[in-house]
Amino acid sequence: MQTSTGTGPIGADLAAPARTVPFGVPAPGTEVVRSESELRRFLLGLPGVDQVGVEERAARLGGRSIKAAAKLFAIDAAISMVDLTTLEGADTPGKVRALCGKARRPDPADPSVPPVAAVCVYPDLVPVARGALAGSPVKVASVATAFPSGRASLAVKLADVADALEAGADEVDMVIDRGAFLAGDYGRVLEEVFAVKQACRKAHLKVILETGELATYDNVRRAAWIAMLGGADFVKTSTGKVSPAATLPVAVVLFEAVRDFLDLTGRAVGVKVAGGVRTTKSAIGYLVAANEVAGEAFVDPALLRIGASGLLNDLLMQRQKQRRGAYAAADDFSVE
Amino acid sequence: MAKTAKLYIAGAFPRSESGRSYVVNAANGRLLANVAAASRKDVREAVVAARAAQARWAAATAYNRGQVLYRIAEMLEDRAPTFTAAVADAEGCDDADARARVGATIDRLVWYAGWADKIAQIVGGANPVAGPFFNFSLPEPTGVVGVLAPQNSSLLGLVSVVAPVITTGNAAVVVASEARPLPAVAFAEVLATADLPGGVVNILTGRTAELAPVLAAHRDVEALDCAGAGPELSATLEEAAADNVKRVLAAPGEEEEWSASPSVQRMLAFVETKTVWHPLGI
Repeated sequence: MQTSTGTGPIGADLAAPARTVPFGVPAPGTEVVRSESELRRFLLGLPGVDQVGVEERAARLGGRSIKAAAKLFAIDAAISMVDLTTLEGADTPGKVRALCGKARRPDPADPSVPPVAAVCVYPDLVPVARGALAGSPVKVASVATAFPSGRASLAVKLADVADALEAGADEVDMVIDRGAFLAGDYGRVLEEVFAVKQACRKAHLKVILETGELATYDNVRRAAWIAMLGGADFVKTSTGKVSPAATLPVAVVLFEAVRDFLDLTGRAVGVKVAGGVRTTKSAIGYLVAANEVAGEAFVDPALLRIGASGLLNDLLMQRQKQRRGAYAAADDFSVE
Repeated sequence: MAKTAKLYIAGAFPRSESGRSYVVNAANGRLLANVAAASRKDVREAVVAARAAQARWAAATAYNRGQVLYRIAEMLEDRAPTFTAAVADAEGCDDADARARVGATIDRLVWYAGWADKIAQIVGGANPVAGPFFNFSLPEPTGVVGVLAPQNSSLLGLVSVVAPVITTGNAAVVVASEARPLPAVAFAEVLATADLPGGVVNILTGRTAELAPVLAAHRDVEALDCAGAGPELSATLEEAAADNVKRVLAAPGEEEEWSASPSVQRMLAFVETKTVWHPLGI
């Protein structure tokens, strides 16, 4: 929870112009981060991630055997967490409408399949998705802030967000400026997240860290903290445009970060894994990790999302297999 | 020390997902080896591999498919002594018999290889129609075919059911003879080195009664050859196969005499007829 929204004093050791970011956010040890230098000290002082340990833990969590009724529960939970995504240059209104139909009723032959959580599109296609999803619980999410690279001025990014919101987006997926982050300009990243969060008003903000470009787990943890301090409602692994995209060890690091943030501030931030989740087995691995690392409350579409397109059909095939006993065929399910 | 043979899926040799294996004895009771006992998940993996490989194999020219079959025959001939010993052990026959069976297997492959680019000429052709169209029919592969290999004839029988399936461009998921799987294991090694794209033929060893129903019920398998199922199992398989209207070649009352000269019937069992109405456009 942000304790202050006023403009905080900036560390005297910085030559940068005064920022309009409220650094009055609580952080462990320091109680309140009041300046950019304190932010830097806090982020660099976060405990380091044990790379071997986290990879080993992720491998164990991903290898859990989930069978029968538990598997059926996990499949339905995963379906209800899917952000059905299409982010192609070749997207057309027709394709988005088809995707929305699939989002409302993933399997037209089986009404017991829950709808997905959201449909994620580029801002210009938000009105189409909005129209196609009218009257359904499925949310419309839109990427914004110069997706996927995030290389534009703050003014352009805010205009992008305003566009998406005006068109009716319920959720905004922003990208952080990885260049600034890797150059060590943490204050600028925080400033942008905060500014976008203010611009979002009631819309949910998901902050894409693009972990594939952050190089180390320590950086992933720091970026997650910046996003959470800036007011993110979700931290999201990837744009899906960079390889590697979501991996289980990265998700474990994020689940640890949101758990720590919840302990510290009482505010629950969600995690969205995106990109590279194609099979039911890997999706269930993320559910297990959320449950074990962050807690049972995180196995909920309000706090865990899976950004994917191909995954949904695999979930439906596995669901059919669980219910009917025979392996399903990909041709039995619509492509979109 | 006895080897533990592995499965052949997608051009690779994985262990069974289940980690199980079983003991294989020679006809005279001598311990020969262990082989992997495939589970339903191995069937699933094999079908995924076959599905992924089938379109490209069907798109290869018929001439090219024929050449690959010739190559399989050549590779098998190179290893004839290995196969002779394996067949003699498995089927309990003397060396001369085993040599004759391996020779017949090589001939069988060559026979089917020749058919690859000729089968369309006996079941396809131009159809006379009363309109301004050039109308012709062609055989097309059915898709992914489950093959239950014969239980007694471990090599000649196996090749006699697998070759007709792949000659026309299908991909096969084969369950080897349960009690005599070692010639099939050796045949997998031949396939892996014979220019056959990985996944076109996948060979599973294990309990036929356990694997066959999974294959028969699998909705992504388009046809089933019950040669090695026995009449009783074959009947229940046919029922399961009806779910997605698979083509089924039911098991005969008794295992065929595989040394008899083959016919094109096994190829025709797993092809569909595509008819094209082509406007003359003149």
